[in-house]
Amino acid sequence: MLSIKNLHASIEGKEILKGINLEVKPGEVHAIMGPNGSGKSTLASVLAGREEYEVTAGEVDYLGQDLLDLAPEERAREGVFLAFQYPVEIPGVSTTNFLKTALNQVREHKGLEPLDAVSFLTMMKEKMKLVEIDQALLSRSLNEGFSGGEKKRNEIFQMAMLEPKLSILDETDSGLDIDALRIVANGVNKLKTKDNATIVVTHYQRLLDYIVPDYVHVLYKGKIVKSGSKELALELEEKGYDWIKEEADTTTA
Amino acid sequence: MSESTKDISLEKEFIDNFEALESRINGASALPVHKVRKEAISAFQKLGVPTSKNEEYKFTDLNKTLRKNFDFSSPAHPGNISSDLINNHFLPDMDTNKLVFINGIYSSELSTIVSPEDQLLVKDFSSASEENKEELQSYFAKYADYDSDAFVALNTAFAEHGSFIHIPDNKVVEKPIALYFFNDAQEEKSYNQPRNLFVAGKNSQASFIEVFNTIGDSASFTNIVTEIVVNENAHIDYYKIQNNRDSAFHVGTTQVWQARSSHFSAYTFTLNGAMIRNNLNIASDGEGCESHMYGLYLLHGKTHVDNHTVVDHIKPNSFSNELYKGIMEDQSHGVFNGKVYVRQAAQKTNAFQSNKNILLSDEATINSKPQLEIWADDVKCSHGCTTGQLDEEAMFYLQSRGISKERARVLLLYAFATDVLENVKLEPLKNYLENLISERLHKDF
Repeated sequence: MLSIKNLHASIEGKEILKGINLEVKPGEVHAIMGPNGSGKSTLASVLAGREEYEVTAGEVDYLGQDLLDLAPEERAREGVFLAFQYPVEIPGVSTTNFLKTALNQVREHKGLEPLDAVSFLTMMKEKMKLVEIDQALLSRSLNEGFSGGEKKRNEIFQMAMLEPKLSILDETDSGLDIDALRIVANGVNKLKTKDNATIVVTHYQRLLDYIVPDYVHVLYKGKIVKSGSKELALELEEKGYDWIKEEADTTTA
Repeated sequence: MSESTKDISLEKEFIDNFEALESRINGASALPVHKVRKEAISAFQKLGVPTSKNEEYKFTDLNKTLRKNFDFSSPAHPGNISSDLINNHFLPDMDTNKLVFINGIYSSELSTIVSPEDQLLVKDFSSASEENKEELQSYFAKYADYDSDAFVALNTAFAEHGSFIHIPDNKVVEKPIALYFFNDAQEEKSYNQPRNLFVAGKNSQASFIEVFNTIGDSASFTNIVTEIVVNENAHIDYYKIQNNRDSAFHVGTTQVWQARSSHFSAYTFTLNGAMIRNNLNIASDGEGCESHMYGLYLLHGKTHVDNHTVVDHIKPNSFSNELYKGIMEDQSHGVFNGKVYVRQAAQKTNAFQSNKNILLSDEATINSKPQLEIWADDVKCSHGCTTGQLDEEAMFYLQSRGISKERARVLLLYAFATDVLENVKLEPLKNYLENLISERLHKDF
């Protein structure tokens, strides 16, 4: 589904990603872990199409298309979804209205008729249950005045509505208490099918107790320095990142 | 040197015109109104048409603009517009009292008053100055200060046409009162100086709407003054809608006086024109007054819009709130100058002011100057202004959900404007403005 080869990316002339290689197949869950500043969020941003980042080398194939060639909205319409680390507050635009616009633009892209008000509401009600989000929240301005947990639940709610093929969760767990974490993780798990894939970017192993990954990759200094099964995450939790850093630094030296 | 000679000629044009008016009105020169006119013209002589050297007109050099575009040496012509040319300019789906003015002159044939006479008295200014002498004497030019502003002085000196509207005590005028000002610029350039006086009795309630349009391709200039007297416990809403032609120049002063426990809200929507200067001055002269000032300017091309507002808190325990927002594209230029005075006696005043702007091009300009002057010590006041581009992070967020860049821009700009729009109380008017703005945003941005 997703094939990243030798991806290099920089921001304001500073190289952050220094040759990422990653293969993601349908039905898989990949966790990307790593110390602060290793390039985890940059990778998520580059995949979603954030313009500040410049891709200097490498390629990303997504379902047979050159992903890097697509505008952010085209990626979204093709089924790429980024759950933001810091969801943006947008005063004056309600979540409901925003999602209706988004959903219908995605449907238009797929050659489908726009959803009528009733079907949209039915769909919303059904998806709201997944993340235990309140309707009152959705009629308010997008993320404005939402708590940290509400913002993250809203991200997963949007994911549920847009039914992406590839979801990238960028530090969705950071700042969440255990209850919010459970709700969010539960939502993600329920959305999992054999046809879609998830990339979970996280600093902490904790989230992986709830969203169980098939593969764990450790990102350090812009490269994936170690890959393994879910046990790798446990090892990291126990021993920290230092041993990985040492290993990696020795190899490069 | 040549500069100052020209200045004098512009003023001389008006003064010659005034002499022409005096000889024309002949018999009516004994009226009390005319005494005021004479005082106003001599005030104008002292003030002169302001240049950019005048602090109040720093960014809006009307002297230069008027000299370049108009000839005031002959009196304003009355204009002649056939009714089929104005029919599509009326606010849709609204049952209103419709007052039509052609070049500032009230047309009873084109107007329709639907509210009963005991609720609403409407007269054109010239007949009111003879038939309602007493009321005019007690209100006319008592609020709009012709000693300090040259355009108010000019308008007062030439006050012949316009309207006098009176709402008796305890009356609620259910149908909005819509005043449509049409400039006839079909044959030649035109200018006019309409004068309105609205008097709202105690406990009365009404909505006023002023709409400005130009018919024809030549340049037009309106210098309008509206004085609004809001008596005790009256509730008045006042809307000003400017979606005029690129060749339309406009100076308008809305002067409001509020008695105790009265409510007044002003809504100024500016979408198009050449150069526009709006003065909105409110004297909050009683305890428990509430004043709201909302403004939205959506500018493109070379449109220049200058909003000057003043709220003067004279008595204690009053409230004022101001929200002006602007979106500027192309080479458009916005000016916001908002003054809040809280006098020493006006303890427990709550006054809030906010001006927010979005600039969409490198060539668009905004000059924003919020001012608070407070002499009382027990008050709650705040003001602030922000100017920026569209929030890139918000744009990316919307795009990352599949929304196109164009659509995301419109969505964000519309949300920005909604903040002002949602305060419009007349539902059909709100719908009309929403459509107008949404259409503009889709087309332009």
